[in-house]
Amino acid sequence: MPPSDPHSAISRPPRRTRTLETEVLVIGGGVTGTGIMRDLALRGISSILVDKRDLNAGASGGNHGLLHSGGRYAANDTETARECMAEGDILKRIAPECIDACGGLFVAVEGDDPEFAERFAGYCSAAGIPSETLTPAEARELEPALSEKIFAAYTVPDATIDPFRITLEQVNQARDAAGSRFLPHSEVIGFALRDGTILGASCRDNRTGEMFVIRARQYVNAAGAWAMEIARLAGCDSVRLLYAKGTLVISNSRMAKRVINRLRLPGDGDILVPGGTVSMLGTTSDKVTELENLRPTVDEVDRNLAEGIAMVPALASARFIRAFSGVRPLLMAADSGIDGRKASRGFALFDHKDEGLSNFATVTGGKLTTFRLMAEKTSDLVASRLGNTAPCRTAEERLPIGDALRWTTPGFAARYWFSRKDPADAILCECEMVPRSAVDSIVAEAPGAEDEMTLRAIAVRSRVGKGSCQGSFCGIRVSSYLYDRGIYTSPAGLGHMRDFFAERYKGILPVLWGKELPQAELAETLHCGLMGLDVAVPAAAADSETGDETDSETGDGAGQ
Amino acid sequence: MEFSQNRSYSTRLAVIGSGLAGFSASIFALDRGIIPYQIGNTGPLAYTTGYFDLLGYLDGAALADPWAGIARLRAEAPEHPLARIADTAIRAAFSRFCGAVTEMGLSYTVSGGKNLNALLPAGLSKPTLSVPATMISGVEALAAREPALIVDFLGLPGFSAREFAANFKAMWPTLKFARLGFPEMETGAEVYPEVMARALEVPAHREALAERIRGAVREAGEVAFVGLPAILGVHAPDRVHKDMERLVSLPIFEIPTMPPAVPGLRLRELFEQALPERGLVLAPHRKVERLELRGDSAILHFTDNFGEVTVKAEAVILATGRFLSGGLAAERDGIRETLLDLPVEQPETRADWYREDYFDPRGHAINRAGLLVDDAFRVLGRDGRPVSPRLFAAGAVLARQDWVRQRCGAGIALATAFRAVEEAAALLQERVG
Repeated sequence: MPPSDPHSAISRPPRRTRTLETEVLVIGGGVTGTGIMRDLALRGISSILVDKRDLNAGASGGNHGLLHSGGRYAANDTETARECMAEGDILKRIAPECIDACGGLFVAVEGDDPEFAERFAGYCSAAGIPSETLTPAEARELEPALSEKIFAAYTVPDATIDPFRITLEQVNQARDAAGSRFLPHSEVIGFALRDGTILGASCRDNRTGEMFVIRARQYVNAAGAWAMEIARLAGCDSVRLLYAKGTLVISNSRMAKRVINRLRLPGDGDILVPGGTVSMLGTTSDKVTELENLRPTVDEVDRNLAEGIAMVPALASARFIRAFSGVRPLLMAADSGIDGRKASRGFALFDHKDEGLSNFATVTGGKLTTFRLMAEKTSDLVASRLGNTAPCRTAEERLPIGDALRWTTPGFAARYWFSRKDPADAILCECEMVPRSAVDSIVAEAPGAEDEMTLRAIAVRSRVGKGSCQGSFCGIRVSSYLYDRGIYTSPAGLGHMRDFFAERYKGILPVLWGKELPQAELAETLHCGLMGLDVAVPAAAADSETGDETDSETGDGAGQ
Repeated sequence: MEFSQNRSYSTRLAVIGSGLAGFSASIFALDRGIIPYQIGNTGPLAYTTGYFDLLGYLDGAALADPWAGIARLRAEAPEHPLARIADTAIRAAFSRFCGAVTEMGLSYTVSGGKNLNALLPAGLSKPTLSVPATMISGVEALAAREPALIVDFLGLPGFSAREFAANFKAMWPTLKFARLGFPEMETGAEVYPEVMARALEVPAHREALAERIRGAVREAGEVAFVGLPAILGVHAPDRVHKDMERLVSLPIFEIPTMPPAVPGLRLRELFEQALPERGLVLAPHRKVERLELRGDSAILHFTDNFGEVTVKAEAVILATGRFLSGGLAAERDGIRETLLDLPVEQPETRADWYREDYFDPRGHAINRAGLLVDDAFRVLGRDGRPVSPRLFAAGAVLARQDWVRQRCGAGIALATAFRAVEEAAALLQERVG
């Protein structure tokens, strides 16, 4: 009969508590945390970055991947709008490989407020956003998928970004510049405090349960939606967040060349963003009190579609491959920090001085487009506390394009494979054309590869599992390859495979109808009937996915 | 059967579907002297492991004795299709079907009283009732923990001998593994099981491969069996298998692989070739587009390369399968049956289709959706009465079963087809009488 607990092989005997030393401990492996890691490294400051899961496991992976031109904020927050423009320009300079400058449209549809639509051009020019007024016919010529019922349209310089790639690049640059390290699946569970100083952070390796300590001179909380929890571990109550869950849905094909924004006050399903070969429609926005176990629901998908169809009618018959959710941390009040204008900027930097701490900072709120600026402001504070006077270089310094960092970009793997013409480099993921050599380079040198690389970790660092089969075939093929490479050596690998499929399923479930559903039926036949994963492999417990972690794994959203 | 200018045919029994249920219905009908007309699209046979499961799991627990499992179903889930069929009929269906397949040239083990514990590609096993002759040594090797050398091939993704051995290690420590280049397909580029299987139908390729396997066996030390992915021929696997065993001088077993896999291909090609020789009128790779029920007959419409075809039938067996095969369709607002819009028993809303946990051992509600039938396997209408005396249903399209999780796909296909044919034959008999 089937072998016993496949996870037994990875539980290790307890060891003496390890202590790691560094200048700065950064908590949170999203775009901001990795941005801080990079910023500090370029000033010559070494850091350790920890995340209780993996890179971009929170809102950094659960978003549209939209680089706002600022048009969305032009009406009521000119400053944020200007900031978006400026930051977008910087990112296009320092990481063009991560960005698709596809442009965007704002369109008003029958029933939307004509006066608001009328005033839009004025808002844009006030914020310095180049915008052109189009007739509905012109707009439909640019984007034939647009509804015939649009009555106003404007162009804006929206763009899209691959948040996975830029995160990987930031970690890599920090590693090269200052020897900084990223530790995935490492959760901060407490701080040792004395006389207004944090002496150390107690951490747990969520894969093994091992406890260890990180000692640093400065501690930075960039945990996004989890920032309030981390701040409380340090005894700080000033970080007060509300959580807004947003769900997006991914179509099987690219419905429009440009970003399509609904020209009205923000609501469900009002932005359609291209991501390589697909489009993403979102988002919903619902207040939640819980951060864990979030998952997209059938109702959220239906709400997005109901609104999206008004802009792009073809969404009614489109095939959707996945939905995903993220949580936006919203600041409740801006009553602490060093920058009085932060409320209007949408992000807040807390120096925690009022709370008697001298080496702790929290940054949260904000948006993907302005993450570099958030990292800059935070690093300014940390550097000055360390007596480092080097200026910020993140706006000028180009991000590196490493071999192991390229695989999250839609279409890259296919272009690479065809240009190399090496038939021996077999394709493991057929939907996204991810070859064996991609897995080899990720396993060898992608951020996090210092540790054990799992199927899920590879998926975060590549397009594996993001195509139309959503990993149901390639998960099996990549796992076999990991066994072949000797990376998996026991039934623990089956447990990882099972986790991977269970995780992908959360995003697939709410879009199962039409042509997608037979694929899911086939996948279940494979995973259960052929692979035996439903009965032979107990649910994951011992490895990284401990109870609090079975989340919304948004981790592929924008990268789609 | 008569040919007329407008290409209308008539038949006593039409079978719609080309999976196990459809083909077994045709076999059972031929046994009764009824010449069926069978139409079905390419079908899901390419996805099978080749194992014929009767009932392998209940509530997530493996069953050594499927018959005891069926007895439990009769007590706990009397609406389950298997629970509604007498053991004698189920036994007859299995033994007749396995016998027919064996007679046609693809040997299967005789289905017995107990489940076999058969090998799966990732180094796990599953309970099943009958396995191809090319796979039975694997059951024996596993049962006795015999030292076996598992071989995989350069360029064949998704099947790793090392994975197989690593996952079986705790219970079957004598497993060894080796990777070989398949003769003349060893550049490292992707190789496909079907291509390898067809190559092995040529004796010279068998000799070349056997020589490499012998080399690997010598290196591996003590080995009593050799395990290969399922590649031992498409049309004559028994012959290829025997010849390979002779050349290697060891018993050899096949292990199922990811789809499209050879064991299913064998079944499909066998049925498509051997059943027409026995009289079946088969329109393979065609989809019935429309089905009309009339007072005294049913009319099927489909299109082939030459245009439209209609078939008039006195009885029809719907063996159209579920979503993958197209028998059922899932829309955002509900599940429907695709040919006649027959009532489908289903969860109330789309939000109820799936459970939160993919691998929840209770299975997903949508997998129990399907057609309801009476005890004669006639499809029930919205009023709870048969839609027509001549419309029967068999196989996975039926409600109140979860063939994937319960490992009862072949069981349901064969047993319900057997019963549907029995009842259809009785109806046709009456009409003759």
